[in-house]
Amino acid sequence: MADSTHMDVSYIAHLARIHLTDGETKLFQGQLDQVLTYVEQLGELDVSNVEPTAHAMALVNVLRDDTPRASLDHDAVIANAPAARDGQILVPKILE
Amino acid sequence: MANLNTKTISELSDLLEQGKCTSVEIVNDVLAAIDARDGKINAYLTLDRASALKQAEAADKARAAGKKGALLGIPLAIKDLLNVKGQPCTCSSKILEGYIAPYDATAIAKLREAGAVFLGRVNMDEFAMGSSTESSAFKKTRNPWNTDHVPGGSSGGSAASVAADEAVAALGSDTGGSIRQPAAFCGCVGLKPTYGMISRYGLTAFASSLDQIGPITKTVKDSAILLEAMAGKDEMDSTSIDLPVPNFAKELTDDHSLKGMKLGLPNEYFVDGMDTEVATAVWNAKKHCQELGAEIVNISLPHSKYAIAVYYIIATAEASANLARFDGIRYGLRKDGADPIELYGKTRAAGFGPEVKRRIILGTYVLSSGYYDAYYLRAQKVRTLIRNDFTAAFKQCDAILAPVTPTPAYKIGEKTNDPLKMYLDDILTTPVNLAGICGLSVPCGFSKAGLPIGLQILGDSFKEANILKIGHAYEQTTDWHRQKPRI
Repeated sequence: MADSTHMDVSYIAHLARIHLTDGETKLFQGQLDQVLTYVEQLGELDVSNVEPTAHAMALVNVLRDDTPRASLDHDAVIANAPAARDGQILVPKILE
Repeated sequence: MANLNTKTISELSDLLEQGKCTSVEIVNDVLAAIDARDGKINAYLTLDRASALKQAEAADKARAAGKKGALLGIPLAIKDLLNVKGQPCTCSSKILEGYIAPYDATAIAKLREAGAVFLGRVNMDEFAMGSSTESSAFKKTRNPWNTDHVPGGSSGGSAASVAADEAVAALGSDTGGSIRQPAAFCGCVGLKPTYGMISRYGLTAFASSLDQIGPITKTVKDSAILLEAMAGKDEMDSTSIDLPVPNFAKELTDDHSLKGMKLGLPNEYFVDGMDTEVATAVWNAKKHCQELGAEIVNISLPHSKYAIAVYYIIATAEASANLARFDGIRYGLRKDGADPIELYGKTRAAGFGPEVKRRIILGTYVLSSGYYDAYYLRAQKVRTLIRNDFTAAFKQCDAILAPVTPTPAYKIGEKTNDPLKMYLDDILTTPVNLAGICGLSVPCGFSKAGLPIGLQILGDSFKEANILKIGHAYEQTTDWHRQKPRI
């Protein structure tokens, strides 16, 4: 298993794009370290000759016919956007 | 006819067929029950009365014009993560408050085609992350059998609405037990179908290698009816399997013999800390199945104890990726920031509750550089061992009997401050999702305090017919499912 059962919650929260308050950071730190300590038990098993399971059903290259179909109703989609103008979603500026 | 809301799908479809009631009358009785009780139970998030009555009128008209079907005119409650066109779909999260589904999930579209009536949205743990429905951002749903207790979760609103006769049946989703556990806590029937049985298109994704849609109902037969209507290949979900859908409901006859059936009893499922009342109820259910003619064989699922660790690595890893889509750009909540990165961070801070934040952070960690092999890859390998356990077991038996939960429903607030303690309660349900097999929860007794206890019947992949047959035979020769809570 990993060499540590302690994660840097502030750094991981940054990677996950979630701003945490100091209180949340402290709370999650304790709770998640406890969870990591618990999952350490997987280290007991020898899995060197075991194939990983990514999906319950092994499926490869599931394809469907590439035919045109109706898309979602434009107005219904735009109505869910946090900001919109002229039938388009308004997004924050990325480049100056 | 009075109290149509208390009846089952199969009873109501007979009454409708014989012209003894209408769908409008059923919906009116359900709405009256919601008015009378939901102030106490808090199962519903939103209810669209006018639309429900309009759908019911349309079903009655279609019937008059010659349309038939077991679900024509039957009102259903829908867990708030399945898209029903024109209705809210918030996943009980502030980040999706105000979101209106622009399309029907495939399972919903199939039920709509069959003439089902969509009453409204029922409460759940936020993004299905939880086992008590307490992580909902909007309300605390209560167990109809004792309103101081949780209804279970994450499909707690679905189970509570059915147990309280505030819906004839409901849909839920099961990623680690989220249909079977609330069904057990509320005294309902809950079915987690085999992975690939029902298309997940339109189901808000939590952990894509584990999620399945399924019914919560008053009887096994009703679950069979809903399964049959929703199952099948869908090109919008590449994991849905192209197999003929059996006539599940028709196979459930009045012959309740289990002769020729071998039922496995896994030693590992009678875990330390198991409530004695739960163990006794399941033991008695085993004896009952023997009396119906089943042969009991002892089996072993040796890697069961690792299921929680594997589950909380794999499910959180997948959730961290799936929930990246909630970024405040295209839909849902947006909190502005000085740059896009700050906008994401502030939006997700304000939009997600603590359990969702915790799981996204854990999932991000186990996938992060340097830890992937130690956590995620290792968990996927142990997942293989858990699957192999079941493969070996199903060579010895047709189905497996087990408890659903280590205890009956606990009190609201009892476990909210200790996430690990809450996670450990999923020990008997998560292996089923990891293996991708099917599982059914049926009522098998009550604790002395009057809380329901569930029996779990597990079947191999695509062997739903087996577990439905066993569940139906058990249920029809016992009385547990006929008990009603006093609300």
